[in-house]
Amino acid sequence: MHINIENVSHQYQTKQGMLPVLQDLSISIKRKGFTAIVGPSGCGKSTITRLVSGLIKPTQGGIFISNKKITSPLSTVGMAFQNPVLLEWRNVIKNIILPLEIVSKNITYNQKRLNALDLLKLVGLEEFENNLPSELSGGMKQRVSLCRSLVHNPEVLILDEPFAALDAFTKEELWDVMHKLKKERDFTCILITHDLREAVYLADQVIVLSGRPASLQYDVKTNFNEEKKISDLYSSEVSQLLATLRNQIEIAQNKND
Amino acid sequence: MIKINNFIIPLFSLIIFCLLWELLVWYNNWPNYKMASPSDLWPAFWKFKHLFLIYGWETFWRTVVGLILSVLVGLSLGILMGFSKTIRIGLYPILVGFNAIPKATVVPVIALIFVGMHNMNTIIIVILISFFPICVSISIGLSTLEREYEDILLSLGANKFEIFYKIALPKTLPEFFGALKVSTTLAFIGTNLMEIIEPHGKGLGHLFDSGKISADYPLMFAVLITLAVMGIFLYYIVVYLENIFAGWAIRK
Repeated sequence: MHINIENVSHQYQTKQGMLPVLQDLSISIKRKGFTAIVGPSGCGKSTITRLVSGLIKPTQGGIFISNKKITSPLSTVGMAFQNPVLLEWRNVIKNIILPLEIVSKNITYNQKRLNALDLLKLVGLEEFENNLPSELSGGMKQRVSLCRSLVHNPEVLILDEPFAALDAFTKEELWDVMHKLKKERDFTCILITHDLREAVYLADQVIVLSGRPASLQYDVKTNFNEEKKISDLYSSEVSQLLATLRNQIEIAQNKND
Repeated sequence: MIKINNFIIPLFSLIIFCLLWELLVWYNNWPNYKMASPSDLWPAFWKFKHLFLIYGWETFWRTVVGLILSVLVGLSLGILMGFSKTIRIGLYPILVGFNAIPKATVVPVIALIFVGMHNMNTIIIVILISFFPICVSISIGLSTLEREYEDILLSLGANKFEIFYKIALPKTLPEFFGALKVSTTLAFIGTNLMEIIEPHGKGLGHLFDSGKISADYPLMFAVLITLAVMGIFLYYIVVYLENIFAGWAIRK
């Protein structure tokens, strides 16, 4: 599934009138690609996730998944957020199968459970199948949230800062979990983040948005290594890349002033 | 061990409470027309035991029926107000105003509208007094649902109804039970208001009124204690239901 965001402009109605958030934004993401979108705070990154998932329609332009224009939510999309939004009254496995209850109503509970267990093993939480979310740590909750976003085998995965609230080491662990999931499953991924290292480590394409109203400012490939490792982040090549991205963010911020 | 403690500790505190009460009356040497003591209550119970059974049941079933109906009314209004902002801002002033009216003043009005239909009168007052906390808590619970909760289902093409019964309703259950506990105790006020102000020969309220007329103070106190016991009983039924349906929200 390749995703094309074509000449998208979007405005929100506010008390002060129309607030333009995106302006003539075009991004193309290749099939099975992993694209990170970074940009100054409040520049409209989350709006992109809601547009791609079909929750809202752009004021102008269009979003195409495999050349088909999105007009309403698609069941082939998975989403995960900074807040894991687990249902506190359901145990881990029942939280994960939630999307299947909407998109695959016909399959049996047992089949749903097996699908969920596959993912739970991948993220290393198979022993916690029957625990309640309140019994899990922040990192574990986020793993469960990732499982839920993938259980219905979506073609597009949208991640809206899922690791932002985690401590540095848990974050790195989850980055590797993400690598594993990407290797095992077929999906095209869009990651919204504030963390440049995260963007460079996870994605094969990093996009810097300008300040609001956001448009494409910088687009770079990050295939510095076939199999990325945390230690790669300390190489001079990556340091160079991070410095360039940091510089681009600064340019984007200045536009806001 | 925890189960036993849950029973022993409240029982123990109840016994201490009665002892202190007895002591207070005994120490001040109050006659029982000023303040009856726990030891005066048992004879009063025993003397009118048939009336307590009959009237107690009258009061109890009216309260329970009224409470169940007020849950239905509160839930329906709460759901409407939770989902539609227009309905919410439209109904709030009416509901708040209605709730601010002392229910004692509504009793004669209701009694005049439904002359002779005593059960219905009483149940209506129970509903009027009990639905408000439920309605408010449900509408707040539903209208403050975080957007992400809706988004995970909406992005899969779920409809409003699926979001409501898979996420919004279970998520609001702890607030609902909190409100139901308040409503349970309010419900007894409702039944007894009607039974005391418009006595029609039924219910504990009527027995209380008889006690007042015949200056039988131990009887009046015995009625109050019976009401308290019933209130505690209903309250723990609600706690039991809460443990079943919203046990996940209770810290162990």
